[in-house]
This record gives sequence, structure tokens and C-alpha cells, in this order.
Amino acid sequence: MLFGFPLISLIIWLPIIFGLAVLILGDRDLKITRWLSLSGAVVGFLVALPLLSGFDTTISSMQFVEHISWFERLNVFYHLGVDGISMPLIILNCFTTPLVIIAGWEVIQRRVSQYMGAFLIMSGIVNGVFASLDAVLFYTFWEASLIPMFIIIGIWGGPNRVYAAIKFFLYTLMGSLLMLVALIYLYQTSDGSFSIEDYHRLPLPMTAQILIFLAFLIAFAVKVPMWPVHTWLPDAHVEAPTGGSVILAAILLKLGGYGFLRFSLPIAPDASHELATLMIVLSLIAVVYIGLVALMQQDMKKLIAYSSVSHMGFVTLGFFLFNSYGLEGAMVQMISHGFISGAMFLCVGVLYDRLHSRQIADYGGVVNKMPIFAAFFMLFAMANAGLPGTSGFVGEFMVIMGAIEVNFWYAFFAALTLILGASYTLWMYKRVIFGAVANAKVENLSDIGSREFLILAILAVAVLWLGLYPSPLTEVMHVSIDNLLEHVSRSKL
Amino acid sequence: MAGLFGKQIGLVWSHRVTISLVIVSFIASLIIFMDVLEGNIYNGTVYTWMISGETVFEVGFLIDTLSTLMMLIVTGVSLMVHIYTIGYMRGDPGYQRFFSYISLFTFSMLMLVMSNNFLQLFFGWEAVGLVSYLLIGFWYTRPTAIYANMKAFLVNRVGDFGFLLGIGLVLASFGSLDYEHVFSHAGYMTSKTIDIIPGQPWMLLTVISLLLFVGAMGKSAQFPLHVWLPDSMEGPTPISALIHAATMVTAGIFMVARMSPLFEYSETALSTILVIGGITTLFMALVAVVQNDIKRVVAFSTLSQLGYMTVALGASAYSVAIFHLMTHAFFKALLFLGAGSVIIAMHHEQDMRKMGGLKQYMPITFATMFIAALASAGVPGFSGFFSKDAIIEAVHFSNIPGSEFAYFCVLITVFVTALYTFRLIFMTFYGEPRMDAHTHKHLHESPWVVTLPLIILAIPTVIAGWVIGPMLFGGFLTDPIQVHDHHDAVALMGEAYTGVFGMMSHALTTLPFWFSIAGIFSAWFLYRVRTDLPEKIRQISGPVYTLLDRKYFIDELYSWMFARGSRGLSMILWKYGDIKIIDGFFVNGTARMIAWIANIVRHFQTGYIYHYAFSMIMGVFLLMSLWLFYY
Repeated sequence: MLFGFPLISLIIWLPIIFGLAVLILGDRDLKITRWLSLSGAVVGFLVALPLLSGFDTTISSMQFVEHISWFERLNVFYHLGVDGISMPLIILNCFTTPLVIIAGWEVIQRRVSQYMGAFLIMSGIVNGVFASLDAVLFYTFWEASLIPMFIIIGIWGGPNRVYAAIKFFLYTLMGSLLMLVALIYLYQTSDGSFSIEDYHRLPLPMTAQILIFLAFLIAFAVKVPMWPVHTWLPDAHVEAPTGGSVILAAILLKLGGYGFLRFSLPIAPDASHELATLMIVLSLIAVVYIGLVALMQQDMKKLIAYSSVSHMGFVTLGFFLFNSYGLEGAMVQMISHGFISGAMFLCVGVLYDRLHSRQIADYGGVVNKMPIFAAFFMLFAMANAGLPGTSGFVGEFMVIMGAIEVNFWYAFFAALTLILGASYTLWMYKRVIFGAVANAKVENLSDIGSREFLILAILAVAVLWLGLYPSPLTEVMHVSIDNLLEHVSRSKL
Repeated sequence: MAGLFGKQIGLVWSHRVTISLVIVSFIASLIIFMDVLEGNIYNGTVYTWMISGETVFEVGFLIDTLSTLMMLIVTGVSLMVHIYTIGYMRGDPGYQRFFSYISLFTFSMLMLVMSNNFLQLFFGWEAVGLVSYLLIGFWYTRPTAIYANMKAFLVNRVGDFGFLLGIGLVLASFGSLDYEHVFSHAGYMTSKTIDIIPGQPWMLLTVISLLLFVGAMGKSAQFPLHVWLPDSMEGPTPISALIHAATMVTAGIFMVARMSPLFEYSETALSTILVIGGITTLFMALVAVVQNDIKRVVAFSTLSQLGYMTVALGASAYSVAIFHLMTHAFFKALLFLGAGSVIIAMHHEQDMRKMGGLKQYMPITFATMFIAALASAGVPGFSGFFSKDAIIEAVHFSNIPGSEFAYFCVLITVFVTALYTFRLIFMTFYGEPRMDAHTHKHLHESPWVVTLPLIILAIPTVIAGWVIGPMLFGGFLTDPIQVHDHHDAVALMGEAYTGVFGMMSHALTTLPFWFSIAGIFSAWFLYRVRTDLPEKIRQISGPVYTLLDRKYFIDELYSWMFARGSRGLSMILWKYGDIKIIDGFFVNGTARMIAWIANIVRHFQTGYIYHYAFSMIMGVFLLMSLWLFYY
């Protein structure tokens, strides 16, 4: 704890308090509602910054720890802390929330306070997931994070929103129920502890490890999502409003990835090694199969959703290579994907706000009317295709380097994304942006305003910065990843 | 050094700003070149890009004779193209955008050649690919342009796919991506093997070299990844000169020369390079003969000339390849810029059948292009002669398997090259004017911003070959390039070398010279004397002509196999894999199953007390019997 000050609690609860305040304020004066939400999000980001500046990159143990008894009889603690794995994700989350608030500024006209409130509360809850070191606390935040997103899709979504919202909710809920069973089992075997760090040290026989691994796998695989439990994602994205898609892709998918690092690998290291080939094969299927599926999508959001699944395949691939390129690459890929997929969905949102269509066929020649937007979109499309100099390259490069150390063919299939990613992204870009003006609606398009320019510019800087100078990020997580690798290499049998 | 970086601006004064900065970087390159000539080699780090595990990735520069030579070529040609662009792009709405792109290109290309490690090389490699993509699609409303730029990017990506895997293997086996470390340790790796296919141990360095060469094939448009280059002619002509002739496409040649310490250990890789280079040289030259679009003739000629360089690489004559790269940069840029000048005069008509007789209207363009044609055809005295003859000799001396085939290809191609180059000259500048009256009335020489670069480029086109002595045999490139003694073809040539004039007089007695003269003569005969013959030959040769005209149907094959194939596969995976099986059967199937079960179970919840009572009794009975059964 820094100066005995509960910094993480502040990071978690401040956005939630702001969110509740916005809800109470209601829609009486939309201007105040919007500005209050924005200040809540910005303050939420600002209070997260000391986490970055005060972070000690030389130690692998938890930092900024808070440890208060919660349910004494069950040994449940309000136990928070961050390390080099969770800290960048918290910063990413706090960074994305203001962008989403700005993106919904004038676009959302119906139930504004509830929309803004949902995002603020969501931001706090997700911070809670990343910072929890107590299994019960973690599980509470984990399940709670479903509710705002369920509401966001269900209320502000597209025509088929109810199907998508329920599919999203049931899929993820089913996944997490088995995790609960695993956590209760761990509580029993560890003689009544809910501390995640205790679980890391707990010796377990192989069968138990495999069962625990599989239980966690289902929960996290649905979130990531891995093939073949990915089908909720395209539907959810298509129906969700722009802000919802951004948070879903940039933040919520990372919960799954984070889960692997915090639970599956350290709690069941032997099972992780045992099942590594399975996991790698599933990840490669995601990269190649989903990359191919993305090619033929007619709906821009669906295309980006599938490309998300494909890129997240690199994350899970990196985890199970068990070398530092793989793991660090996977982490970088998670952060970078947060920027890029968020930016891609925002770009589609910009077009959707104007034409109310996500169909590629309804566009063509947008560059003639929106040159500034086209330039931004080009940058993000190239980042999505993994062009060096953008953040999209760094993670993929590292994971491929990690894969080739393990097996040439893993790297071979993973590197196919170079071709596939460029194919689906550039083909979409060509059909939407290039060419002569396709129809009268495109003819009437106006270029992005200052509000849209601001968010896209911030993301563009982030994408380029991480691509040209990723060193600060890898430095932060270096020690924690090394420690995790070392931990996973030790048998717990 | 600082002058090399500040070139990203491009607004109202765009051409003044960019041109003066390119001049600065050209002069800076010149100073560095002088410095390096004195033996100063710089190898240093600028900043640490990333640290992962034990490996440090850095951004740094290696300045030696090879990279300074490339820097001079890049900045020199780039400067000419910058000036030329003022005239060529006048009045285009994307004027500033164009300048910012070509400046960005110059920057990326310099990063590529100055890099001291594989990663940064890959950065520059992809960045020039990006700029090429942007510039081919510069006129984004043309469907053909935006198709061509996507095709160029994707085909290049196929090459990059191999390149990245090659880099990965280098990192995995050497533990570093620094040239210095990798090259100095290459000797220890000769006994290492890798099982790509289980049970088939292949030499590690061969696999690495071949994968890296796949990257070079993409960028330098070698068969079978050559398909993007002819289409790239959709871009503005200055770009065709700068990117698709003089600099970017030669990045692959440069890369292999830079990696010579690795390639030298693998004869398999060198043989492959020889054969692929040979195929590209001959077959692309043949296609050039039947093209009617002036830019496409030059484009196929570029392919063929790149094939020459590749052959030289395969013969272990890396310095000869770099030498040809240099002379080619000058005469091909000149040919392209000249073609551009013709195109401006013809009001953007590119079909040579509608030209003719331009000699008297455009004397400067004609004279400079004629010089370029002589150089391209390899007439003694001009730059192309020295480098091309050196390649042919090197292949002749080479003892690497495949060199006989390559020798045959490069020899025949001398004739073909002379034929298509002078066919272009005769069709464009001689004979009766065939354009419409309006265009004919407005024919005039291009403005000075266009002709000045032509004149300046004509100078090295003539004299650049004369440095052959110091460059190939004087040890200029021995430091960056390593050649093993047992197949050092250049050294054998050096023993026979008797100076520039000796080489020219000796040439009169050799096959290449007579082949080239025969080519020029045939072109003259077919397109000046008996102009009815080409049409007759075309009719007689029927299918052969179609094959050449359609570029061996490779485009059709690819579009059927890869474009349609992947789209079809995509549809199958999506419609059946995702929608039918996963969603239809498992996800919604589960939902339906639950609904179905619920529908049955519903009947138990009747609300009648006696139904519940009955089931309770049945339950108790069951439990009792189970209990009895176990105890």
C-alpha cells in the first residue's frame, strides 16, 4: 500500500460512485449528465496513473496490496493488489472508458444517464476483476461485469439485440459456473482459504489439476473467446452499440486472457503442460480458421469481431508456449488488441452514425468525402494487419518468435495471419473506402468532427507509440512474467 | 545523419520543403560515402526497441560500403523523381499527399538499407511495402488501381511470410538478430540440422536462406511471386521509376547480398536462386516483347533485369548483383521517366500503337531514352553493358549446380532485351504518327522540371559502368560481402580483367555482344523495314502469342486458385462450421434441447397433490430398494 493509501480501492470504486451519481442525476439535463460522466471517466484514469508511476518494476510480488477481512467466518478477504500482469490491463481499461464516453456523446439520445452510468460502473467492476486477489471477491466482480454489458446490448443494441444479449449472457454464465465449482474445490483442499496466492502454492495431484484446468478453461475460453466457443462474440458485437463493442473487444475479452495467467497456469502448471498441445492447436485453429471466416463477412462489425477472435488466438497461443517471447508477446498482444480493435469498432461506429448501415456493400468511395477519416482508418487497418511500426506487429512478432522455438509448424500456421489478416482487412478497406463514390448516401457524408477526431487521434498515438517503442510496456511486465514462467516450470505434483 | 529523418512534412510548400530535405540527405549520404571510402565503418545503436526474455531488440545503423552505396542510389534517384514530380503531377488534387508519400518512402528505404539488424530491416521492408501500396492506389477512384495495390500488398505479404519465418529461425538458432553477431556465428551453424518434416533433417542454414529468399522473391518480384509488379504500373509514373524500378524492388537483391555470410554456406539455396533468377530473366523478357502498353514493356523489362541480379546472387557474385542494381537504377529510372514524359505529351495515352514519330517533337526525351535503351540492351561503353556482361561472365565461371541453365537463360535474354527495348524506341519515336489529330497538334517537349532529371540521369547511365574495376575487383565490397573461395566467380573474373577498354574490345568477340546487336537489328527490321511482319508472326505463332500476351495465364491461375479458393473455403467454414455446426447444432441445439426437456418435465408439475404424493412414495420406494440393495 502506497503511504497506507487505498489506491486500488479508489480506482475500483470511484468510477462506480460516479456511475451511481450519474444514474441518480438522470436525464433532466443531458449536458450536466454528459460532463459528469466524462469527468468521472477522466478522474478514473487520472487516479490510475499513480499505479504506473509508483510501480516497482524490479519485484514480482503484488504491489499496492490492500488486505481487509470481509466474511471472517469463511476466510474471505477484501484482498487487492497488482503485479506486472494486471497493472497494464487496469491502465488499459481506465484509458478506454473516457474514449467510450466521448464516443457516445451525441450519438446516444435515449436514456443517456443509464448508458453513461453503465459504462462507468463497468469500468470499476473490471478494475476489480483485475485487482482481486481473493477468489470470492474475484468471482463477484467477474459475474458482476456481465450485468452492465448485458444491459448495454439489450437496451441500446440493434434489432436482434435480445437474442444477442441472452446468447452473450448464457454463454459466459455457463462458462463461469464450472469455475465456481473449481474454486470451491480449491477452498476445500487448501483448508479453507480463498486466497489466490495460496492456490498458487497448493500442491495438487495430476487428475485434480486436469479437472481444475478444464473447469477454468471453459470459463476463460468463452471469454477470450477461443474456437469453438466463439460464436457469441460476432452476434454480440453486431448488435451492441459502438461503445459496447469497444469495451467488449478492448476490455472484456482480456478478462479471459488474464484468467489464464492468474489461475490456469499457476494453479495447474502440470496440467497446463500436459494439455499445452491441445491449447496450441485450438489457438491455431482460431488464427487460421477464423481468419478465413473473416474474409467473407459482409457486415463490417462481424468482420472485425472475427478478426478479434483471430488475434486473440495469438494470446492463447503465446500463453502455452511457455517461453518469455510467447508470454510477453501474448500480453503485448492483449494491450495492443485493446487499442486496435477499439479503434476499428469506433471507425465502424463513425460510419454507422452517418449511414446507419454496417454492410460493406452500402459503402464505397468514402475517401472522397471523408479523407481525414480514411487516413485514420488506414492506420488502424494496417495495425490490424500487423504492420511493423504499429502495435499490432509487436505482439504477433513476439508470439511467432516464441512459437518457432517450440515447433516450426506452430510458427508456420501462426504466421499465416500475415497473409490472412492483410487480406480481410485490406479487402474490406478497399471496398468501403476506395473507389468512386458508390451512391447518393455516401455522396452526402461529412468528414469527422473534432469529437471523433480527438478519440481517433488518441488511439492513433497509442497504436504508434506501442509499435515504435514497446520497451516501457515490456519492462513493466518483465519481472512478473519471468516469475510466472519460473513458477509454471516447477511441478506441483 | 539528422538530415535523413526530417522529411515528413508536406503542405503548401510541399515540394520546396521535401526537395530541399532530400537534397540535404543526398549530400549527407555523399559525405558519409566519402567517409566510408576512407575506411570508417559505423555500427551503433540508436535506442532499445524492446527487451524480451534475455533478448534485446534495438534500433541501430550499420554504415558500410554496401549501405552507403544504396543510400546514394536511393537519395539520388529520389531527388530526381522529386523534381520530376513537380512537372508530372502538376494540377493533381493529391499533390501534397504525393510528396509526403515519396518522402516517407525515401525515409523507409533508408531505414531498410542502413539497418544493423534483421528486425529493423523488416520494419523498413514492410514500410516501403506500405508506401508502395499507398502509391499504387494513389488514384483511388480507379478500380484497377485499387485492385492492383491490394494485389501488390498481398503478394508481398506472401513473401514476408517466408521472410518472417526466416527471421524467426535466425533468432531461435542464433539468439540474436544483430547482423554482426549472426554473421560471425554462421560458421558454427553449418552442422546443425532441422526437421521440418519429421525424419528429414535439413541443413539449418539452407532452410533459413531459402525462407529469407522467399521474402526477397516477394519484394524483388521473382517468379512465381512476380505477378504484382506489372499491375503496379497503375500508380503514377514517377513512382514506377522510383519504387518499382530503381529502389524498392531491389531491396530483395540488397537483402540477399547483405545476408551473403549466411547464403554462402548453402549451395542448395544458391542453386535455387540461380534457377528462379534464370526463369524470371528469360520468361519475363519474352512477355515484354508482346506488350503494347509502354509502361508495361518497361515493367516486364524490370522483372527480367531483376532476374539478372538474382542470377548474379545465385552465382555467389553478390558484388556484381549490386553493381547491376546500381546501373539498372539509373537506366531504368531514366526509361520510366522518359516513358512518363511521353505519356504526358500523349495526354495519358500509354498504348504504343497510337504513338510513333515522336522524335522530332520531343528531342530531349528521345535522346535520353535512346541512351537508356542502349544501356539496357548492353551496348559496349554504356553502363548496362559492364554490369550485364559481368553477370554473364560470373555465371559462366560459376560452379554451383544450375549455373548452366541460368547461363543459357541470361544469354538468350540479351537478344530478347535488345529486341523489346528497341521495339519500344522504334514504335514510339520513329515512323508515322499514329495518334489522333488533337493530340498530334498539341505534341511538345515536356517542361524543364521533367527533362532536367532525364538529362541528369543520362549521365550515370553512360558512365556508371566505368567504375567496374574498383567496384568489383578493387575490394570495394569485400568487407560487407563474404564469398567462399571455392565458388568465388568474381575472383576468377578479376584474373581475366584487363581494364574497361580491354573488356569492351574483348566483348566484340563474344556471344552477348552479337546477341545484343542481333536484337537491335531484328527490332529495326521488324518495326522499321518490314512493319507488316510482326502481325504475320503474331498470326503464325497463335497459341504461343496468346500464352505470352496473357503472361502464361499465371494471373488467372492465381485468381482461381487463391482468391476464389480462399473465398470458397471461407464460405464453407463460416456457413457450415460456424453457423450450422457450432451455432446451429451445439448452441441453439442446447437451447432447443433444454426447451424440449422442459416441455416434458413440465408435465410433472401438474399442481395436483396426489401426483406429487405418488411421486414421493415412488421416490422413497426407490431409495429404500437402493439401500437394501447395497447393504
